[in-house]
Amino acid sequence: MSLMSKTEIAPLVVTPEAIEEAAKLLYIRACKILPDDIKAGFTRLDATETDATAKTILATMIENIGVAERMDNLLCQDTGIPIFNLLIGRNVAVDGFALKEAIARGTARATREHPLRSSVVHPITRKNEHTSCGERVPVINIDFTDADRELRLEMIPKGSGSENGSFLQMLIPADGLAAVKRFVVDRVIQAGGKVCPPTIVGVGVGGTSDLCMHLAKIAATRPLGSRCSDAEGAKLEAQLSEAVNALGIGPQGLGGDSTAFAVHVETAATHITMNPVAVNIQCHSARRASATFTPAGVSIGF
Amino acid sequence: MTHHTLPTPITEDQVRALRVGDTVTLEETLYGIRDATQIHMFDHGRRTKFNLQGHAVIHTAPNLRKVERVGNNHSGYEAVCVGTTTSDRMERFTRPLMEREGVRIIIGKGGLRDGSLAAFRDLGGAYLAVVGGAAALETTWIEAVEDVDMDDLNPESLYKFRIKGFGPLLVAMDSHGGSLFAKVNEEAARRRQVVLEKLGAA
Repeated sequence: MSLMSKTEIAPLVVTPEAIEEAAKLLYIRACKILPDDIKAGFTRLDATETDATAKTILATMIENIGVAERMDNLLCQDTGIPIFNLLIGRNVAVDGFALKEAIARGTARATREHPLRSSVVHPITRKNEHTSCGERVPVINIDFTDADRELRLEMIPKGSGSENGSFLQMLIPADGLAAVKRFVVDRVIQAGGKVCPPTIVGVGVGGTSDLCMHLAKIAATRPLGSRCSDAEGAKLEAQLSEAVNALGIGPQGLGGDSTAFAVHVETAATHITMNPVAVNIQCHSARRASATFTPAGVSIGF
Repeated sequence: MTHHTLPTPITEDQVRALRVGDTVTLEETLYGIRDATQIHMFDHGRRTKFNLQGHAVIHTAPNLRKVERVGNNHSGYEAVCVGTTTSDRMERFTRPLMEREGVRIIIGKGGLRDGSLAAFRDLGGAYLAVVGGAAALETTWIEAVEDVDMDDLNPESLYKFRIKGFGPLLVAMDSHGGSLFAKVNEEAARRRQVVLEKLGAA
């Protein structure tokens, strides 16, 4: 008796070599080409901004996107902490351990061969190996999807200015949803211009402490225009998007309407005694790149 | 709102002529400095070979390519991508940077705090905001990485850049107590109540 239910279909095989090449390519590409949804976000903010200084700053950011593409250069000097999301579909054969090592090798090669600034150091000695790698870095998140014979590798160079704008509070049920909203508004005020606005404010609601923080990261790195799949979460992100853009912080914290492209919310079930909320912020250089492996080959996108 | 073109180094009078809202384009020389550079300079007592008197520093850690040290290139690097980082982390180094090293201008993003504003007032200095995350554009204003010091801290070494038309930069903190960041923070704090009431979260 076979353990495979569909033995007649050959599984998708993705070699470590292919993953290494993709990891290298995606790190460099993500640093250079901003996703279309973020570019559209700039166009939208530029059309609605009323402050003169803010409009000048947005124009400089938009000019920079063009300069980076024309000169084949990096959008931002911060090459970030490399994050890879690995989404494994059905009927895919991978050697998971080899794959993790391949991602690290591709990251190190991008750093040495382009070259990119290695922004990664030992947390205590502060020693930089000049590979953008270290213990548990690149950060690799693995999840499974129902896509048949498809493996998707997403790359996010997460800049530190915005990553330092990360906050968690283990609120309690008696604090209610009002405290969740207050927490988000107050952390956006606290972050001010330090997180390189206009930003995507990622908010995690629920889960455990670590899951809540991870939800905030998922929210901050989701494409603009996407909505929270939970109806209550979606309501919250609409309310909070309007709220943070009424604070007047503006691009670079120098005043204006364009504080955030959006507030994104992700939710998870939580404990009867818990009401956790987390904020993780993505800067205006909201970089992403992806490679999707199927039996037809590899397609590169955002 | 005046535009100033300033070849560095500059004098105390020149920096005191800057007012928030003015714009500045720098010429000649710019030094790159960062967290680790200043931790080593001021916490570990290291001294730089560069004379920073009257100069401008930018909060940066660039992407560089190794090249031969030939002609005027004493660093062995060329610029790949030079941008700026969040200044707030380096707040406590503003005064020693000005007092001990004679720096007049700090360039960065996100602003500095009251301590720096007081140092600018007492010693004659200013903070110029450059657009964070616009590094590809900023790199076109860098002509060369002329020299480097404390390079064991790479990429957080102390860099000497030769610049051409570095700007326009916005005077965001001046020597007369003006700070655009403080103004925006006060405004945000003032609007907070209305925003929370609308959310039903006051």
